Amino acid sequence: MEEFNFGDSMKKLIRYCRKYYFPIVVAFMLSIFGTTFNIIGPDRLKEVTNKIAEGIVTNAMDVDGILKIVTILTILYVLGFLFNTSQGIIMATCTQKITNKMRKDISYKINKIPLKYFDQTTVGDTLSRVTNDVDTIGQSLNQSIGTLVSGITMFFGSLFMMTKTNWIMTLSGVVATIIGFIVMILITKKSQKYFGQQQEELGHLNGLIEETYTGHNVIVAYNDAHKEITKFNEINENLYSSAWKSQFLSGLMMPLMTFIGNLGYVAVCVTGAILVEKDMTEIGTIVAFMMYIRLFTQPLAQMAQAITSLQATAAASGRVFKFLREDELEDESHKTDVVEDVKGHIEFNHVSFGYTDDKIIINDFNLEVKPGEKVAIVGPTGAGKSTLVNLLMRFYETNSGTIKIDGKNIKDLKREQVHSMFGMVLQDTWLFEGTIKDNIRYNLSHVSDEQIIKASKAVGLDKFVRALPNAYDTVLDDKTTLSAGQKQLITIARAYVLNAPMLILDEATSSVDTRTELIIQKAMDKLAEGRTCFVIAHRLSTIKNANTILVLKNGSIIEHGNHEQLLELGGFYADLYNSQFEIV
Amino acid sequence: MLIEAGKESIKAGKESRMLKIFKKFTKKEVLFIVIALSFIVLQVGLDLKLPDYMADITKLLEEKSGGHVSDIMEKGLYMLLCALGSMLASCFVGFLAAQVAAGLAKRLRSEVYEKTMTFTMEEINAFSTDSLITRTTNDVTQIQTLIAMGLQVVIKAPILATWAIIKISNKNWRWSFATGVTVFIMMFYLTVMIALVLPKFRKLQILTDNLNKVTRENLSGIRVVRAYNAEMYQEDKFDIANQNVMKTNLFTGRSMASVFPMMSLLISSLPLAIYWIGMYLIKDAKDIGTKFQLFSDMVVFSSYALQVIMAFMMLIVVFFIFPRANISANRINEVLETSSKIFDGQITTNNQEEKGTIEFKNVGFMYPDASDYAIENISFKAKKGETIAFIGATGSGKSTLINLIPRFFDVTSGEILIDGENIKKYSKDVLRKKIGYVPQKAVLFKGSIFSNVMFGDNIDNLAEGEIKQLANDALEISQAKEFVDKMKKGIDSSIAQGGNNVSGGQKQRISIARAIARKPEILLFDDSFSALDYKTDKILRKQLKEQKSSTTSLIVAQRIGTIKDADKIVVLDAGKMVGYGTHKELLNNCKVYYEIAISQLSEDEIKKDM
Repeated sequence: MEEFNFGDSMKKLIRYCRKYYFPIVVAFMLSIFGTTFNIIGPDRLKEVTNKIAEGIVTNAMDVDGILKIVTILTILYVLGFLFNTSQGIIMATCTQKITNKMRKDISYKINKIPLKYFDQTTVGDTLSRVTNDVDTIGQSLNQSIGTLVSGITMFFGSLFMMTKTNWIMTLSGVVATIIGFIVMILITKKSQKYFGQQQEELGHLNGLIEETYTGHNVIVAYNDAHKEITKFNEINENLYSSAWKSQFLSGLMMPLMTFIGNLGYVAVCVTGAILVEKDMTEIGTIVAFMMYIRLFTQPLAQMAQAITSLQATAAASGRVFKFLREDELEDESHKTDVVEDVKGHIEFNHVSFGYTDDKIIINDFNLEVKPGEKVAIVGPTGAGKSTLVNLLMRFYETNSGTIKIDGKNIKDLKREQVHSMFGMVLQDTWLFEGTIKDNIRYNLSHVSDEQIIKASKAVGLDKFVRALPNAYDTVLDDKTTLSAGQKQLITIARAYVLNAPMLILDEATSSVDTRTELIIQKAMDKLAEGRTCFVIAHRLSTIKNANTILVLKNGSIIEHGNHEQLLELGGFYADLYNSQFEIV
Repeated sequence: MLIEAGKESIKAGKESRMLKIFKKFTKKEVLFIVIALSFIVLQVGLDLKLPDYMADITKLLEEKSGGHVSDIMEKGLYMLLCALGSMLASCFVGFLAAQVAAGLAKRLRSEVYEKTMTFTMEEINAFSTDSLITRTTNDVTQIQTLIAMGLQVVIKAPILATWAIIKISNKNWRWSFATGVTVFIMMFYLTVMIALVLPKFRKLQILTDNLNKVTRENLSGIRVVRAYNAEMYQEDKFDIANQNVMKTNLFTGRSMASVFPMMSLLISSLPLAIYWIGMYLIKDAKDIGTKFQLFSDMVVFSSYALQVIMAFMMLIVVFFIFPRANISANRINEVLETSSKIFDGQITTNNQEEKGTIEFKNVGFMYPDASDYAIENISFKAKKGETIAFIGATGSGKSTLINLIPRFFDVTSGEILIDGENIKKYSKDVLRKKIGYVPQKAVLFKGSIFSNVMFGDNIDNLAEGEIKQLANDALEISQAKEFVDKMKKGIDSSIAQGGNNVSGGQKQRISIARAIARKPEILLFDDSFSALDYKTDKILRKQLKEQKSSTTSLIVAQRIGTIKDADKIVVLDAGKMVGYGTHKELLNNCKVYYEIAISQLSEDEIKKDM
């Protein structure tokens, strides 16, 4: 769990809600009034009781007086209902507006943060901020805050009314309640231990289950099932022992709450009765107190719950605001440089870069690429191949040195302009749920269906798409089974309709078999015609025809030249290439 | 979630599902439940006794004769004892409930797990791994919650309601009527609300999933999004999803806003109504004695009436819990009622005369629910020590073919013979003992490198010293020795869950060592070499050939280099055998093979081999 500061996080959350201060305050007022009406109730009821009791003794029932009180009370209760309901509606509305904005802010933020951030975090982590954390905050705003306000009002209100009516009875009721709560807190403390244990055992168990279900075929193939079952049963037994204990302890809460209520009830009844007996109070007071004591104990439990949930809210909003305050990409609205009519001349001058300052990945890198050239980059994993093109795309900024496109330093251009000069195909075929047409068109709303079909034909996708029942309108979701190659062809078609002056292919064919690769290769060659093109590949067959092949190791070029030259050189590249064909 | 699931099962409406789960209670647990039941009755009785004592006290007070302090104290003491007794009783019920619930959960989990372990790929795929995990964990927890809550609340509510109603029914029908009306209004109101809001909750789940999907999409494709300057496009998409979530949330939130105020309105109004009615009753009563009786009845009645309302509110809880748990019960039963379709054969000993041979005779296989054969008419034979390789495009059926050998699936037509016997004739254990299987994606388990190599029954019937030697040899052959030795604890170095603390290539080498350490007659490599670099691939295969020359190997590969020297190569295309022969033969007579070769090798190199 991340470190968080309760006060600080809450302060940020409160500031975030500032647009809704007015309705929230109105809601609070409504809640306070609504609750107050409910608190007045027992006091009036006391009068009714007393009047009836009086009526019995005097044999003259004050029907009008009683009816008047009953009517007033009914009105108060109905008002209370209306106030509390309005409060709920206002809070629900504010909550939804606030969480809606929060989700929107997070989503916008995602596209404003440097990629560096996402290298260090998982998708799940950011995703959980948008969903779980915002949900937690929403629930808390909607319920806990409202509960807290009405709870506090009810607690102090009933305490005030009780004290006003009879302080001895109040004392006895309050003392009984406090004793009950001390017992409850002790039990809660104790149960924490078992809850922790249970969580831990559950974690072990889930781990084992996940692992053995995913690796099921290996377990079957190695006749290992009975051993795993033994392991499982061992953990399951441990889980059982902590599970029933924590189940039991959490099950104690309700009986205890009831007991606290009853304890207060008994204390009030007995004390009240004795006082009535001694003529120190009237019977109506007991009736009123029996209700007050429930009004008094009820919010205590609710408030305890609200505070726990506020704690979770603080943690959640801590995480949300931490994300919202991450450093953003540099503001570039002032940059006016543009490259018009892109030729595709690229220069790397003394470029150095590291994802962290202490670990330089690209070291004093120099390169010149002439318009229309195909440059291939090969080398072992971690050599910095992808880093190089990421720098070119300005996904990351160089530590030192410059990269120029058609003579302009890319740092002087807007990022959007740099992006727009390249079509990019990556190893991970990124498709989204939507039709094939949507996936190819992506954000280019001006692209016509004809252009899409033309692109598909060009990359050799058309035939396959037409074979699908809905052709280009086939929706891609979990159910559609596309091969890796077909998916890749769709992303290539996407790059094709983009029609950018330059092209980057980052391991675009690594996940397909070589025959399919050949098809994709043709598609990409078609796409690359006349464009400056960077190709990263680990299968060397892909790049044999490149104008220049750069062999990268530890961020520097160790060899360069075309295929034949490099083979002749007999170095790293030749070694790598030949190892594919040697027979054992 | 809760509500959304509820809706689903209301539709399903199969309570028998739950009964099936209930049948799994042991005798001891049934006894516990019976005891719990009697204690619930005791508890309700004690709870309802409280107002009785209060009535007594009221009467004492009304008599106004004085000197009742000790009597009052005595009644108070009884009240205290009742409250205490009730608490102890319900704690005891809680104890029993926890034992029963956790006990059943333990057994259910164990049953589901053991069942899953008997499944093969067919059943696993049919359920999906994720779903099976949820069924073993969350669904069982749902049942546990239902039973624990059920024993405490669900059973208590009707008992409380009935008893409280009986207690008040003989007092005065007008009061009972007022209570009845209140209960009716409450139930009606809640039913309407639930009917109104439930479908929206269901919808909300879908909308939230969609919101997650859009966000995940943006995050996972962040490079593409930026490369295409598509930030606005993604944000617009998100806005729509976000807006939909908000609209639905607003509806449910605003609707639900009135529920609790309504409850407290009813709870406050009922005593008012009772007193109001009481006033007239008392006024019209004839003698002073009846008046006093009515008065104390009135005070006590309002207590009971509240209990009745509470009981009905508790019943509402059932509406929420039961359906959800019912779905879980359904999902658990589905697993328990599924049986693997792969049956054991008669041969339980590993003493066949023929060793290390494998033959496919016109083998065809169709995936369940598929309309086409995934592989068809496959025939080949491997003698002891031979290497047979399989090559073809993704989706051509290579892995499917391999999966048939350890009987992850059974053939649809034709037969597979190992050591001269149809594989269906062997018991599964014996069959699998003959095979060393290396999957496409290396799978490691939490433990140590040693425990991963000497996995399953690899270790059976071996002497202590032998085991270590075997593990080391296997790692040596699989080219894992080098990096294992570099690790601090060597072969005893720990492996994290799923093997996440070693690299992909290392994982694969350990997984290969596992197959070698098994000393199988037949090794199956399902594209296991692609994760290795060319050099390691080459050395590994060389070592295998030298040291395990009597072991038959079946190798699925993508690289021509990996399989060039195999004794026989099977070329697959769309599930059919389109070539069978040596590298040289195939280059000359198999078009598909030639195409694969040309995609990886230069023409010169191919010419050399032809």
